[in-house]
Amino acid sequence: MTATANAIAAENGAAANSAAGRRDLGLKKRYAAERRFRLLGAAAIAIGLFFLAALLFSVVSKGYTAFWQTSMALDVTFDEAVIDPSAKRDQDANVLLMANYPNLARDALVRALGIDDPGKPVLRDVGGMISNGVRTQLRDRVLADPSIIGTTQTIWVLANAEIDSAYKGQIDLSVDESRRKVNDRQVAWMKDLSGRGILQQRFNTGLFTFGASSRPETAGMGVAILGSLYMMMIVLALALPIGVAASIYLEEFAPKNRLTDIIEVNINNLAAVPSIVFGLLGLALFINFAGLPRSASLVGGLVLALMTLPTVIIATRAALKAVPPSIRSAALGIGASKMQMVFHHVLPLAMPGILTGTIIGLAQALGETAPLLLIGMVAFVANYPATPLDPATALPVQIYMWANEAERAFVERTSGAIIILLVFLAIMNITAILLRRRFERRW
Amino acid sequence: MSAFNIILTVSAIALAGYVLGIRRARKAAGGNLSRLHSLPGYAGAYVLIGSALPALLLLAAWLVSAPILVENSVRSTFPDSVRAEGGATENLAMGMVHSIGDGLRLLSDRERTQLTAGFVQLRPMLADKGIALASSGEDYMVVAAQKLVQLQDSSRFWMTIAVLAVSLLGAVLALSRIALRFRARNSVERVMLGALIAASTIAILTTVGIFLSMVSETGRFFASVPPMEFFFGTVWDPRFAAADDPNAAGQFGLIPLLAGTLYIALVAMLVAVPIGLYAAIYMAEYASKRLRATAKPLLEVLAGIPTIVYGFFALVTIGPLFRDFSAQIAGLATGSYHNFIQAQSVLTAGFVMGIMLIPFVSSLSDDIITQVPRAMRDGSLGLGATRSETVRRVILPAALPGIVGALLLTASRAIGETMIVVLAAGVAARLSINPFEPMTTVTVKIVNQLTGDLEFTSPQTLVAFALGISLFFITLGLNVYALYVVRKYREQYE
Repeated sequence: MTATANAIAAENGAAANSAAGRRDLGLKKRYAAERRFRLLGAAAIAIGLFFLAALLFSVVSKGYTAFWQTSMALDVTFDEAVIDPSAKRDQDANVLLMANYPNLARDALVRALGIDDPGKPVLRDVGGMISNGVRTQLRDRVLADPSIIGTTQTIWVLANAEIDSAYKGQIDLSVDESRRKVNDRQVAWMKDLSGRGILQQRFNTGLFTFGASSRPETAGMGVAILGSLYMMMIVLALALPIGVAASIYLEEFAPKNRLTDIIEVNINNLAAVPSIVFGLLGLALFINFAGLPRSASLVGGLVLALMTLPTVIIATRAALKAVPPSIRSAALGIGASKMQMVFHHVLPLAMPGILTGTIIGLAQALGETAPLLLIGMVAFVANYPATPLDPATALPVQIYMWANEAERAFVERTSGAIIILLVFLAIMNITAILLRRRFERRW
Repeated sequence: MSAFNIILTVSAIALAGYVLGIRRARKAAGGNLSRLHSLPGYAGAYVLIGSALPALLLLAAWLVSAPILVENSVRSTFPDSVRAEGGATENLAMGMVHSIGDGLRLLSDRERTQLTAGFVQLRPMLADKGIALASSGEDYMVVAAQKLVQLQDSSRFWMTIAVLAVSLLGAVLALSRIALRFRARNSVERVMLGALIAASTIAILTTVGIFLSMVSETGRFFASVPPMEFFFGTVWDPRFAAADDPNAAGQFGLIPLLAGTLYIALVAMLVAVPIGLYAAIYMAEYASKRLRATAKPLLEVLAGIPTIVYGFFALVTIGPLFRDFSAQIAGLATGSYHNFIQAQSVLTAGFVMGIMLIPFVSSLSDDIITQVPRAMRDGSLGLGATRSETVRRVILPAALPGIVGALLLTASRAIGETMIVVLAAGVAARLSINPFEPMTTVTVKIVNQLTGDLEFTSPQTLVAFALGISLFFITLGLNVYALYVVRKYREQYE
């Protein structure tokens, strides 16, 4: 307290004899300390915001290129001599399935490059520029319409991931040829094709539609997006009604006794249980005990619903508490039963708050990874899951799997996937904020 | 009928009952609705509940219990030699019976009656239908499978009859009770209250489920590894490959994992606490309204970003940054560009986790600092203290218990965090005090032990549950204590 007393004395002293006898009472020091403290606080906020900016910049700068993919417009001749050399496709359906489609694309690229009489090494290099995914692409085309055999069609074919990286300038081409996967001849061809407009970057729809693949250029998030969608629907269908019902009971009906006390402490603790523990619960309960299939979005949805429940309950109880008691008294006063009072009057008024809390809970569930790893959603799923019981992955799990891939082109894809996930989360959170702004009422 | 079709039929009956109930109530009122005790809608709801609820409960009970009964009765037909071996052999045989049973359903009646020569004859028949069976099948399995199919069919038949009968009966009974003075609303509301209570017990059931599932699996783990070796062992070496070899049981020591967990959490707290606390103080005491309105939500965005994103950030940005930075430092100091910080390290994981925790510390502390009564602040300022002196000597001491609670909550988050450490901390379980080297955590090992193909019999898998229950109790203890402290603090100023 001496410091404060001194400060007061200093103030008085300064007022009394202005310039002449001003004593040094450490004011300067104290004000300097004050400035330092204030600066530290401002710096802390600045550092926090800097980290946020650095995180977002790191992801966006690495990932925005993933939304474009290098493709080539090739005039592919569906040559009968290549697809069905012995003309047996009417008897044997396997002929069209097993045909050597990559050669069709390779020959088309050779023609586009104007190479006469290519030798084996040249052919290998040319073929190496095209994604292996061309096999299924052309096969599906032929299977859908076998009459195109013998004709020539212009088809956009994905370039190999290495060519894609080189075209985007992500590969240092000044390095010695033997130490990179793209050789000088391929780079020269790439530039030539690009100059003639045959090779160009197009919007990467595959990123949103393809399933799992070991090749970066044909790997996409389609299965993950669908799996996450299934799970969000399950979470919404379970967590919202159960959470609202539980909160209504606890807030409006429950007598104050030991049991409700236990339930309350329980809910608060459940909200803070590490997410991975919920994964263990799902594994032991839903998969091991109940025998539900591994990797299914149903199990993921159930686990995430249990995790989201406390969030929904806490938000709903806050929203119910915010409805003033006068509304309740008025409803009861004109003869409503307690149940009617809650469902006809209190609940509708609390709805915006409940929805806001639910959306925020859903956003948390959408970004959750750890419990899904344990219930086997780390799976190589190439086909769309038709029902929530089929194997699927989820957006964050897909990011995890891509982050573990060794190939460099996957870093770009991973960042792109993160951008997609963050956009989804941003949309959900902004919706929640707008809902709150639009409908929030103060009594 | 399949269970789904039964549910559809019951719903149709219930809906019809709803409409009929409303009609009956209206008829009873005779044009003057105010003579009714309950509104017609409640009469409808009463019939709906009466026809759907008991029927669906019966259906659920049947679906759960029938397969168990059927399986037991099929198992009783197994030859004694198989039953004597028990366990895995019997389960294997049962699985085989199930797949034969599935195959039998595909055969036509004529083919089924022709089936006399047992498994040898059946296998090629099913192969024609596209069902491949293992060659180890025996004739008794075919007999058992026939019994299985027959029991399943009759169970389904009687289930359909019973559920639909209960539903219709319920509808008729409920309808017959609808009368002028019948208190439909009270009955309906009682059922609703029951549903509300059931919903609120789910939270408890979840906790009980977590506890029971982990305790039972942990018990099985401790049957093969003594608890003392687990809790006090200093070597983690579970040895997946040599599981058959009785001499290579593997060592499951918790200590190195726990040490890594706490070390990384400590680094994270060292980053998050000063930044978060100073940010909270600035926002509560200095910041203008406008700055607060923008900075606070922006900082909270950090808490909304999924942890997998932080993990990736650590893996591709922070880790390599620290590694290259340390190589530069070493180059300047000693001349040899040897990176003394590894890309995956305690420092990397802790630093990134610290960033994630900043908003937790700042938001929680901000709430607590603003709860300190205005009078204390004004009193200190009025005596001539500067703002920083007020904060340091008056506000922080007053808010200390609350802030400690907030920090404990944050620490429990750091301990339970998974994705950042999975990607950034490494998998090497060792005891070390060097923060520049990788260490591993409890959560990382849970993920490692449980991804990929697993069987629920080996200690290598079951150890994950022992780790999980340790984690659960550590975080639970921290949370309960923190909530207690925060609540105490709140009461103090209310």
